[in-house]
Amino acid sequence: MDINDKKLQVSAIQNGTVIDHIPASNLFKVIDILGLDKIKSQITFGTNLESKRLGFKAIIKLADVFFMDEEINKIALVAPEAKLNIIKNYKVVEKRIVEVPDAIVGIAKCGNPKCVTNIENIVTKFQVVSKKKVALKCHYCEKITDSEQMEIF
Amino acid sequence: MKNKHLISITDFTRDEVFKILELAAEFEKNPSQNLLNGKVIATLFFEPSTRTRLSFESAISRLGGKYIGFTDASSSSVSKGESIKDTIMTVANYSDMIIMRHPVEGSARWASEVSRVPVINAGDGANQHPTQTLLDLYTIKQTQGTLENLNLFFVGDLKYGRTVHSLIQAMSMFNTTFHFISPLELQIPKEYKLYLDKLGLKYYEYRDFSEIANDADIIYMTRIQRERFSDPMEYEKTKNSYVLKNSMLNNTRPNMKVLHPLPRVNEIHTDVDTNEKAYYFTQALNGVYTRQAIMTYILGLK
Repeated sequence: MDINDKKLQVSAIQNGTVIDHIPASNLFKVIDILGLDKIKSQITFGTNLESKRLGFKAIIKLADVFFMDEEINKIALVAPEAKLNIIKNYKVVEKRIVEVPDAIVGIAKCGNPKCVTNIENIVTKFQVVSKKKVALKCHYCEKITDSEQMEIF
Repeated sequence: MKNKHLISITDFTRDEVFKILELAAEFEKNPSQNLLNGKVIATLFFEPSTRTRLSFESAISRLGGKYIGFTDASSSSVSKGESIKDTIMTVANYSDMIIMRHPVEGSARWASEVSRVPVINAGDGANQHPTQTLLDLYTIKQTQGTLENLNLFFVGDLKYGRTVHSLIQAMSMFNTTFHFISPLELQIPKEYKLYLDKLGLKYYEYRDFSEIANDADIIYMTRIQRERFSDPMEYEKTKNSYVLKNSMLNNTRPNMKVLHPLPRVNEIHTDVDTNEKAYYFTQALNGVYTRQAIMTYILGLK
């Protein structure tokens, strides 16, 4: 076993999911949205890894965790270019990309301080008006919240 | 259509807009009909708006209905800290329809989701005021005979004026050419320019308001509000450079009409009032017919 193989041993998972291409700055938001701080499985993550596309990226490896589409698509707001590798017996058996859904319920906060959702106890609802550079139109106040002002609950 | 809400102008299809305009024309011919006999309409004004409220209450009274409500939040349970949801769920028990004005944006949509009776938005903060938009459309059609292919000039506060924004949305269905005249700090927001670009509609922007409105079919004036300026001197200067005077109407088209959602401060000189092109008071009268049309349509009585 040479040294490269050894390195792989540390981080490889037998079964589970690897979420790659998360913007480094949003790693903890992803952890939060997926509730990873509350699960018992073995989790490894790396952050501030160099990435041609993102500048710095983060990666999360989750042993024995698999996601439904609607579950994983929730992270699209903070990691629109995330890629999932589904691992079975140390092999990548499936690659999936995260898709920004057409509508977002909960998760994000409306950026308009005068919006009713920031005043009464209401579950936020948004129509996604731009998927590339994510922009959300509030179902209530009809104002646009863009990715820069976006706050995740 | 029975039990539909009217929260945003985009809630109504083009056909429904035309239906409302048709009904409003009927009410203009015959404004006193007993269609709301036995109905109780709640007018909940969480912030004062004399014009809109009186126009609704006049419309209800002329149709034989009764109204209950409050004219500002201080005289209601809201001052005790009641939520919008609780107020609406309670009032829905006492009435057949709710007319609501509230300073919080999105409050009307929220109310429509918790109310078991139809809700009409009479203004939710800087967001929407669809009954004003419909009465504007009615007035434009009434004076021009059509809504198609018109030249619309908007003057004043185009940044915060929700009547302007909703009217742009509504008129964009009719191949309108838009002209925006405003100071830089109150210019039309980028999202509306992008919206018009997307639809391929023409628009022009101007900073100077002198004799450029000669090919206008409609000049839509708006009030420039003091609270929009951090510098009071800047406000004084700006407010006086977007004033419509009678002499400026000399070379305008014969069909041209001047509209204003009112109240006016000084942006239309009083010497314009007697010009036959001044139409803002008739526009306010149309508010009654249009609101009669909207209420009877929503209650399924027309």
